[in-house]
Amino acid sequence: MNDDLQLTDGQIEIILSDLIEQYGYDFTNYSSASLKRRIQRLITMDKVVSFAEFRHRIQHDAAYFKRFVEQVTVNVTEMFRDAHFYRTLREEVIPELATRPLIRIWHAGCSTGEEVYSMAILLHEANLLHKSLLYATDINPTVLEKVRLGMFPMSQMKQYSENYIQSGGRNDFSKYYIAQYDTAKFDDSFKTRIILATHNLVSDTSFNEFQLILCRNVMIYFDKELQDRALELFDNSLEKLGFLGLGSKETMKFSSLVSRYKQLPNKEKIWRKMS
Amino acid sequence: MQPDFNIVLIGGSAGSLSRVLRLLPHLTKKLNIAVILIFHRKEDEDSVLHDVLAHKSEFTVKEVEDKDPIERRHVYIAPADYHLLLEKDLTFSLDMSEKINYSRPSIDVTFESAADAFGESVIGLLLSGANADGVDGLRRIREEGGRIVVQDPRSAEVPFMPQQAVDRLSIDLLLTEFNIDDFLSLVTS
Ligand SMILES: C[S@@+](CC[C@H](N)C(=O)[O-])C[C@H]1O[C@@H](n2cnc3c(N)ncnc32)[C@H](O)[C@@H]1O
Repeated sequence: MNDDLQLTDGQIEIILSDLIEQYGYDFTNYSSASLKRRIQRLITMDKVVSFAEFRHRIQHDAAYFKRFVEQVTVNVTEMFRDAHFYRTLREEVIPELATRPLIRIWHAGCSTGEEVYSMAILLHEANLLHKSLLYATDINPTVLEKVRLGMFPMSQMKQYSENYIQSGGRNDFSKYYIAQYDTAKFDDSFKTRIILATHNLVSDTSFNEFQLILCRNVMIYFDKELQDRALELFDNSLEKLGFLGLGSKETMKFSSLVSRYKQLPNKEKIWRKMS
Repeated sequence: MQPDFNIVLIGGSAGSLSRVLRLLPHLTKKLNIAVILIFHRKEDEDSVLHDVLAHKSEFTVKEVEDKDPIERRHVYIAPADYHLLLEKDLTFSLDMSEKINYSRPSIDVTFESAADAFGESVIGLLLSGANADGVDGLRRIREEGGRIVVQDPRSAEVPFMPQQAVDRLSIDLLLTEFNIDDFLSLVTS
């Protein structure tokens, strides 16, 4: 491990400005410690021997650039992660949305879609799925393809089923998917309510108005400045009295927007837009 | 930004809580340090750990949220199921990437990022545990000019983790039940 090429902070800056120039992807306001760690991990995996080689490859090989984005962003996700969060959605948030003729939900940074299908299950159980639209967006087109397939590893289902029950689910979780060898294929009725699009929180703008936006464990990869940008974007995309859900260790407390929002009780990471 | 206080990282796994509980009463207001705890544990034990550690010292105990500032006279707890990273601007970042050494938080990840950000202001202490997590991180702290301390494996409930460190690295202090004063002067110098 210690013999691997170690990039300096200056070399990382060079790569990042190449990415802006060449591809229009701006990672400069990502949290630097984790970005550095991810780039270093890619260098080790790919046995890169020199900075010049690495830089040249990213600049001139579009397939390698794609790999860079896929590996440097973190796609880890789960169904019903933090069961109490989903319980709050089920008990406090969804009932507030029920009277709307059309419910629009945005999953920003949805990764491979485990969170989107979890939400679809909640809506289905509240008899609201038929009038809901789930917009699932991510910077990385490869993960969106997985959302479209709705297939997740069978090996995770035991854990997800436990999470689901802890979130207040009363059904047999396995009725929502068909086991196909080592994958669990989720019911196609969910897919018909999901709309996929690539969307970059660094550079893209608001594209609709939502009653609920979930952006969980995405902004941990951003510095405060970029977090502010993303929060502004969510604010512009949220109806009055709409809800914003963040990851369990994320917060709005550093943002000036917080004064217009009200956090749900029990320190749940859901804020309601009051004005 | 080089802090004007030292950052003491404590990594532990099975059997290390009791050692930390004996250490905390020594953290008095006059110590110009920040303490960061990285413990392997189950997801839902966060608030339990916080409650057990709060009020055992004169430091403020806080479970880290993303982008919290790193301040002196605080004990920070790495939240379960995230890696904890230290940023050069003296804030924390969280990361939910793959487990390292079957662990998230991983002691290596935090130790390495602290070493990278703060070099010689870092002291790493590795306690009892059954896994090799932490040894590479200690080595990295050493390489970047920081100092490393290991719990005496003979006094550890589960000696594997500190023993790995003792076997593979040259350490600055072996922490026993009797040399806590040496430890306190090391972390404040
Ligand atoms: C750790 S996953 C979180 C997945 C899910 N929300 C959860 O909490 O389980 C982070 C996701 O954010 C995406 N992401 C990173 N930077 C982004 C950006 N600038 N715009 C949109 N998505 C981004 C990554 O591609 C990745 O899929």
